[in-house]
Amino acid sequence: MNQFEYTRPTKQKAALEQKAKSPATKFIAGGTNLIDLMKHGVENPQKLVDINRLPLHKIEQTKTGLRIGALVANSTVAEDKQVLEKFPLLSQALVSGASAQLRHMATVGGNIMQRTRCYYFYDTALPCNKREPGSGCGALEGINRIHAIFGFSDKCIAVHPSDMCVALAALDAKVLVTGPNGDRSISFLDFHRLPGDQPEKDTNLGPDELILAVDIPASPFTKNVHYLKVRERASYAFALVSVAAALDIENNTIRNARLAMGGVAHKPWRLLGAEKALIGKQVSEEVFQQAAAVAMQGAKAFEHNEYKLKLAPNSIVQALKNAAGMA
Amino acid sequence: MNTNYIGKGTSRVDGREKVTGQAKYAAEFTAEGMTHAFVVSSRIAKGKIKSIDASAALELEGVLDVFTHKNRPKLAWYDKSYQDEDSPPGSPFRPLYDSEIQFSMQPIALVVAETFELARYGASLVQVEYEEESHTTNLKANREKAYNPKKYKSGEPPKSRGNMEEAFAGAAAKVDQEYFHTSEHHNPMEMHASTVVWEDDGTMTIYDKTQSVKNSQNYIKKIFDLSTKDARVISPFVGGAFGSGLRPQYQLFLAVMAALALERSVKLVLTRQQMFSFGHRPATIQHLQLGASKDGNLLAAKHEAFAETSRFEDYAENVVVWQNTLYKCDNVAFDYKLVGLDVYTPLDMRAPGGVTGMYALESAMDELAVAAGIDPVELRLKNYTEKDQNEDAPFTSKELKECYRQAAEKFGWEKRNPEPRSMRDGHKLVGWGMASAAWEATQQEASAKAQLTADGKLIVSSATADIGTGTYTVMTQLAAETLGLPLEDVTFKLGDSTLPYAPLEGGSWTVSSVGSAVKKVCDAIGERLLKFSRKLPGSPFALAGLEEVKFENGMMKLKSDPSKGFYIKDIMQQRELDVIEEEVTSKPASEQKNYAPYAHAAVFVEVKVDEDFGTITVSRVVSGVAAGRVINTKTSRSQILGGIVWGIGMALEEESFMDNTFGRFMNHNLAEYHVPVNADVHDIEVIFVEEHDEIVNPIGAKGLGEIGIVGVAAAIANAVYHATGKRVRDLPITLDKVM
Ligand SMILES: Cc1cc2nc3c(=O)[nH]c(=O)nc-3n(C[C@H](O)[C@H](O)[C@H](O)COP(=O)(O)OP(=O)(O)OC[C@H]3O[C@@H](n4cnc5c(N)ncnc54)[C@H](O)[C@@H]3O)c2cc1C
Repeated sequence: MNQFEYTRPTKQKAALEQKAKSPATKFIAGGTNLIDLMKHGVENPQKLVDINRLPLHKIEQTKTGLRIGALVANSTVAEDKQVLEKFPLLSQALVSGASAQLRHMATVGGNIMQRTRCYYFYDTALPCNKREPGSGCGALEGINRIHAIFGFSDKCIAVHPSDMCVALAALDAKVLVTGPNGDRSISFLDFHRLPGDQPEKDTNLGPDELILAVDIPASPFTKNVHYLKVRERASYAFALVSVAAALDIENNTIRNARLAMGGVAHKPWRLLGAEKALIGKQVSEEVFQQAAAVAMQGAKAFEHNEYKLKLAPNSIVQALKNAAGMA
Repeated sequence: MNTNYIGKGTSRVDGREKVTGQAKYAAEFTAEGMTHAFVVSSRIAKGKIKSIDASAALELEGVLDVFTHKNRPKLAWYDKSYQDEDSPPGSPFRPLYDSEIQFSMQPIALVVAETFELARYGASLVQVEYEEESHTTNLKANREKAYNPKKYKSGEPPKSRGNMEEAFAGAAAKVDQEYFHTSEHHNPMEMHASTVVWEDDGTMTIYDKTQSVKNSQNYIKKIFDLSTKDARVISPFVGGAFGSGLRPQYQLFLAVMAALALERSVKLVLTRQQMFSFGHRPATIQHLQLGASKDGNLLAAKHEAFAETSRFEDYAENVVVWQNTLYKCDNVAFDYKLVGLDVYTPLDMRAPGGVTGMYALESAMDELAVAAGIDPVELRLKNYTEKDQNEDAPFTSKELKECYRQAAEKFGWEKRNPEPRSMRDGHKLVGWGMASAAWEATQQEASAKAQLTADGKLIVSSATADIGTGTYTVMTQLAAETLGLPLEDVTFKLGDSTLPYAPLEGGSWTVSSVGSAVKKVCDAIGERLLKFSRKLPGSPFALAGLEEVKFENGMMKLKSDPSKGFYIKDIMQQRELDVIEEEVTSKPASEQKNYAPYAHAAVFVEVKVDEDFGTITVSRVVSGVAAGRVINTKTSRSQILGGIVWGIGMALEEESFMDNTFGRFMNHNLAEYHVPVNADVHDIEVIFVEEHDEIVNPIGAKGLGEIGIVGVAAAIANAVYHATGKRVRDLPITLDKVM
């Protein structure tokens, strides 16, 4: 039997040491993703280091913004007063995800590290380069309805499923991690990877590293924000396409803008070009449409996800309209 | 005390047990020395097992055995031995029979171990080498290979009448379209499971998830050459089935096989993924041609279907028979062909064929209404039939007109602007659609036993099932009312193969069949009581016949003078009776043969569509249902609500994605196989239209388990058309098809 060991250290150092000892060790936080994957035989850790007793449960104000500990529950973040006040976009993204029960268990660190929901990744009898490098990609010519339209490779066309991460990408968050060589901060845009030739690597987090917290810099995006999620039922489904939109508007002029998309790429897909197309412009549907057109440059669909080429720009426009209060 | 229960909203008699976790399901029973089994499933869809190596699993301490086609015990070899009460014609699947792979996820080995985890781990170590052959799983691409089966399980295409081609050619308004829906899986919450308890005397007590303990018992008796005493099958509670338990599934076979070989107790629970490895609603292509005169009289109708089946059985359902049941037409033609694919045999799933056939027919009727410029309800009324043209027989009762009227009124249908895209709610397009529905209301042979004891308590039993529909409750009500006893004094037992015969719990016939047996056996007890009471001192019943007495509030009374009577308990005590026992079989009356028994419904739906995203909200549903006497308003309403919610799922969400490269269903979990969540379900109103039926069966009730889902998908599709002007003829109507 896959007799894995289980430990529950109270000190960060001990957690890191245990992880460093064996590559087949995994951290476990809420367990809402990892346990599923273990049951399906996708993940087979030899050791589980339960990090829930590490002191990473706080939401604190810092000089530059807000720091959210890696172990804060998704529901706690979503309901936090400071988050609601300063980063309502993040709260909106969180409550659109999963179900209330799952959000109570799921942690910030676990949400960032959650793995794709690609059918082929989950079915151990079938090829998947992410699960078993070199075995092929079943989705490429298979059922690819929920798959990527940006940044994919011929090795993998899976998408990152998180809602929270889309908002964090838009908000320019940083991921504070620690490892044998001490702490480092990784910008959100550099945290997740594109699949390239190594789809088995979802992120740039080192194998010995632990996520400590997420830092969100103070920003003017407190009012004109909207997280829009399109899915196949009204709740409890992953995004087919989602958009995090944040605008800083003064006298109908867009002073600053942030846009990111979910459900379209192997990582939260920040739309820097589209943001540029918005900055300095007057608020109008036409401007939003221009931005959406910029955002969609380079998009390419597969057999079953062509609808995303239309759904994505429509979603961008609508999210921006909602953010701007145009309804 | 009031002992009138029929037509009341009695709460479930087993409700408390269920919500407190006392109700036990097949996988929850256990016994000392229980072993656990886990199935190894085939990776490929077609081919042969070249080699199978279980040595690594067998080396594990605690793994007891690994069964494969190589070392399985001797099994029956006639097809007949594997056939069950719901088998379609053909050669049923035989687990571990030989090296042949007939479908993806076919069970190819069974690991039995001292713990579940060990069995599962052992299963992951079994090495299989395959000789792959190319498979075919795509219905649309293989349509030209369709054939008419020699024998139809059900749904044989009705005979053509008149001259359809000619009448269609001359029709003023026409529809000629194809409709499609994908494969769907039942996905009850409870996985299929069998717990086999090996008793000291070498017999087995088997706890099985099934819609018929007798069917399960007969199946294993035939295959393993067992006597009735060798194998008792018990199934007190079923966590949803929807048809998936109509046939014994392979976990029963495998668990029994292992128990017999090891002489140990064995528990086998399928995984959610394995729930996608057997029967499903078959993907079906339907071609409809309807032709009408200018003023909307149907002149011609043709309904053809092409449905998937397996290579080894010809599954067929009632797809093309509904035109004849719903609309008068003299020039009709029907056909129903099957396409053999490398999949498991499809299986009855809630209103099998009905939801399918009426989805297409009722969509086409809506298109015809548009083509003829007639209101959809009016078109249906115009072509209303008082006879079922399948049998050329009148209906036992049919209040469908009232269903249209009452549901339309409640819905506010007369305010509908027929023009598509004419109604809006802010940014969203609003659409109103409707559809008719019908479903069979037959009675089958069933038996029941009753025991009345000196304390005035009554136990009634029959080997039926309660798959969540409320069988326990309704049978208790019927028995209590018939003998005038308080509900608490009546116990209904089911789900045990030692009880009297009941048909499969399906086909919406349980209330009608088992209910009739329950009533009959209680009448028999009443008759005995009457006999016993005649000789009591001062008996008012000396000359009375059964029709002159009534049972009420624990008493037997004279109808002509209810002040005269005896307490049932007193009769028992004074005659020094410990128990009165009766067992009866109730069969449909021969008179029924001259009539067509159907329940009917009219469904009205409002949708709101966001065209930017293609997302659809079903904001309102009104369903008017005519199904004879309603025994329990609460459980009946629940059945219709559940059917409507599932109809929403069928219309908008449910889809088993077949990967034709691997011949495998891919979204095999409930995160990716979507069924409606609470947020998808809005305002639903159920109206029960009064309907008196003296013919359909002795209790006058038609089944309600299936009628609720029929018509819903068509009504939603029609509403989507009305909202958007776009006709999607392909279920489910996911956002990509609307945007
Ligand atoms: C049915 C279902 C529906 C869902 N729907 C949605 C949805 O709509 N939107 C959405 O965004 N999400 C959805 N989710 C996913 C959910 O958000 C994730 O499962 C959850 O966020 C994971 O958090 P966790 O704490 O439970 O992680 P775990 O399962 O404990 O861990 C997940 C991974 O993260 C790693 N990890 C955890 N913490 C750390 C850390 N501090 N440092 C380094 N590595 C770490 C673990 O080693 C593991 O690899 C859904 C999940 C389910 C089961």
